[in-house]
Amino acid sequence: MSETTPAPATATPAKPAPKAAPAARHAEKKPAVTLATMTPEMNAVQQHFGEVLIQPAPFEGFLVTDPAKVRDVALFLRDQLHFEMLSNQTAVDYPAENVIEVVYHVSHISGGRPLCFKTRVPRDESVAVPSVTPVYPGAEFQEREIYDMYGVRFSEHPDLRRILMWEGFNGWPLRKDWKEAYYEGDTKPFDSRWPGGHHKLAEERVPWADNVNYPPGFDPNAYVSNPDGNLYESMLTGTNGHELSAPEIDIGADTVVGVEPGLKTDQIIVNMGPQHPSTHGVLRMVVRIDGETITDLKLVLGYLHRNHEKIGERNTWLHNIPYTDRLDYICGMANEMGYVIAVERMMGIQPTERAEYLRVIMAELTRIQSHFWAIGFVLNDLGAFYTPALYFITERDLIIDLFEAVTGSRMMCNYMRFGGVARDFTPEQLARARELVFERIPRAIDELERLLSDNEIIKARTIGVGYMSAERSIAYSLTGPCLRAAGVPYDIRRADPYSIYDRFDFDIPVLYGGDVYDRYRIRVLEMRQSLRILEQALNQIDQTPAGDIQAGKKAYNHRVPAGQTYARVETPKGELGFYLVSDGGQNPWRYHVRSSSFINLNSMREMTIGQKVADAVVILGSLDIVLGEVDR
Amino acid sequence: MGLLGTGILKGLSVTLTHFINTYLEDLKYLGRKAGVEPRPLRRQSPKNYGLVTVEYPKERLPLPENFRNIPFLVRDSKTGGDKCTSCGICAKVCPPQCIWIVRTTDPVTKRPVPAPKEFYIDSTICMNCGYCAEFCPFDAIKMNIEYELADYGRIQEMILDKERLTKPDTYHAAIHPTDWAREQAEKAAEEEKKRQAEEAKAKAAAAKTAAAPAKPAAPASQQPNAPPQA
Repeated sequence: MSETTPAPATATPAKPAPKAAPAARHAEKKPAVTLATMTPEMNAVQQHFGEVLIQPAPFEGFLVTDPAKVRDVALFLRDQLHFEMLSNQTAVDYPAENVIEVVYHVSHISGGRPLCFKTRVPRDESVAVPSVTPVYPGAEFQEREIYDMYGVRFSEHPDLRRILMWEGFNGWPLRKDWKEAYYEGDTKPFDSRWPGGHHKLAEERVPWADNVNYPPGFDPNAYVSNPDGNLYESMLTGTNGHELSAPEIDIGADTVVGVEPGLKTDQIIVNMGPQHPSTHGVLRMVVRIDGETITDLKLVLGYLHRNHEKIGERNTWLHNIPYTDRLDYICGMANEMGYVIAVERMMGIQPTERAEYLRVIMAELTRIQSHFWAIGFVLNDLGAFYTPALYFITERDLIIDLFEAVTGSRMMCNYMRFGGVARDFTPEQLARARELVFERIPRAIDELERLLSDNEIIKARTIGVGYMSAERSIAYSLTGPCLRAAGVPYDIRRADPYSIYDRFDFDIPVLYGGDVYDRYRIRVLEMRQSLRILEQALNQIDQTPAGDIQAGKKAYNHRVPAGQTYARVETPKGELGFYLVSDGGQNPWRYHVRSSSFINLNSMREMTIGQKVADAVVILGSLDIVLGEVDR
Repeated sequence: MGLLGTGILKGLSVTLTHFINTYLEDLKYLGRKAGVEPRPLRRQSPKNYGLVTVEYPKERLPLPENFRNIPFLVRDSKTGGDKCTSCGICAKVCPPQCIWIVRTTDPVTKRPVPAPKEFYIDSTICMNCGYCAEFCPFDAIKMNIEYELADYGRIQEMILDKERLTKPDTYHAAIHPTDWAREQAEKAAEEEKKRQAEEAKAKAAAAKTAAAPAKPAAPASQQPNAPPQA
């Protein structure tokens, strides 16, 4: 335990009343995060399971005292109380109490705040938590991530391997006592920078030779590399524990969909990626194919992993804002918005009117440019090489130019602050935004539809490809345009409203095809709705005083009252949530990103089985993932 | 459903329109705007429906004033010294912790002197977030607009020391006119305030000496508007 963070014994979240922290002094009257009050739903669960099993947790949700009962609780919540979707699942390490807390957030597909429940297991890996994948298949990647980062085992998980780190990695990186190779201190700011800041390179502090940490008993010289042997083996023998949902597809090696009956064929394993133009970054798809037909698919993630969450826990609250830009680097501002809303909720502050409008304008412009990008690259994946993509990138660039003029950077905007935004629009910039919203972009969207929507080749390649039904989409926690294309009108802006979206008149478009074509068309419809919001916001913003963009005094050393929150926003990719735990200090105790790209990939396997190899590329494109957010 | 192939033809009409627009826009530009509006600016304006390419090393887009890249330190050209007081706020707010400051200490009294002895920015780590410039209370560090920063080495070239970081405030005024105007206005307002405070103090002192025998508590009520001395 000598390695344990000396930091705060205050780690315990059981401290009820947050002290009036200096940064919260400018708070509005709204109360900060409070202890969980028992909602009717929570009472129902308590009645069903009894006091011994369910207790109110400090701050948020309730605690399942016996980890073995977690799956029963999940099943009860899903089937009796209609929490159909698992929004978020993560874990928090409390070394002082020697427990790791596994946290679940479930939500109604019809809207409302998510319900949180937790369970606690000892840190020594002696207790396994029953996997909730039979109840919520969308937990598959999230549980693998928790196992990878915290070493919590999940029993009856179909495929419990490391997901972001490599097999054979030593240690559980998100535990508080784990230290990275170039470890310098538990929390920023580091003391070495000032006042005696003699510059030192990271590798001077930790020489190259000393930055590798082998598992005990491991001899690197005697090691024979076979990193993916088990993965390939399990795919070839069909023993990777997955139950296929489509009954007509037989996983046996003889009869496979799309193959002539009676014809004996060999199945082979092909790696697509990680360096492949169709994978939108460094993603590896391991596919088992029979001729051209995919019979199994596994994703290998983590090539862009930098442990964003560990960095986030070392950072101060303010430091994290520019880092969120780098999650989904296509839509940085939407990520920032999610993070600042989460922190504002904990601090109990309210941004100014003008700042709210500026945030909505930026977020919706981000949505439009992201959808332009997504559609352009789906077309690339279809083989329409760069002509459509470049047309849309032209339009996107006009929006990005505006971002650059306002914030100073094209993509890494670092624009939002707690209680406001960094800069106001000048009148010229507002005029430019209006020109784009009222003149240029509507025409561009019309042109996009003329160019693509009726194209027979596109229709032939996309209609019916990558189908996923509404029920399966919900089960897989698919969010964003892909879910709405499957017939579920679920959009956080309406389901769990944040910021000032309740003021605007807009619709949540929904289509029922559930295939790649509808995922393309839903993005077009959403761009039009974003334009509607922008038109209203740009008309109303003049009623707010110019320059009034920051509530309270601008500060750099925020202290966030002890507590926890899960705040989520609708980014162009889906539900982006931030689960934050504060111990009252100036650094987050836990900083978890519920990333939509990562969780949307859960459903990739089921979408592609039975399709052709070329279609796998298109299906991946239609999910619109960004690897910065997948691998974090 | 129309005739098979009409969708493709409709799409091709869009590409044809783009093709034609390219020439039309160029003609328009030659006809009216040449010499008035720089070509890159014209090409990348929302009014242009033609070709958007800017031939980069030869032509450059003008940068917006807010554009930010690796920061620099501002030297006060009036006094010739650094504006920086080595208070360390920039080092604390820096998210990747790439700012290193050595504070000067007076060799005789061993007390800190408000000036940096050494100042490093590791530009390989800097993420150009702009916090240092935003939170500096002395307007001593600003974001630069240079963006062609490639070099051959990693240590000598990329770890910027105080000498390489410092730029005169005339440079800052040239690249950030709005910011500079705000700074000057704030400075003038502060000086005005100081002057007024001193005047009021002098007046109060005069009044005090005049009224001293009669009413010792008078000055406080006479000047309610005087700002407190910092």
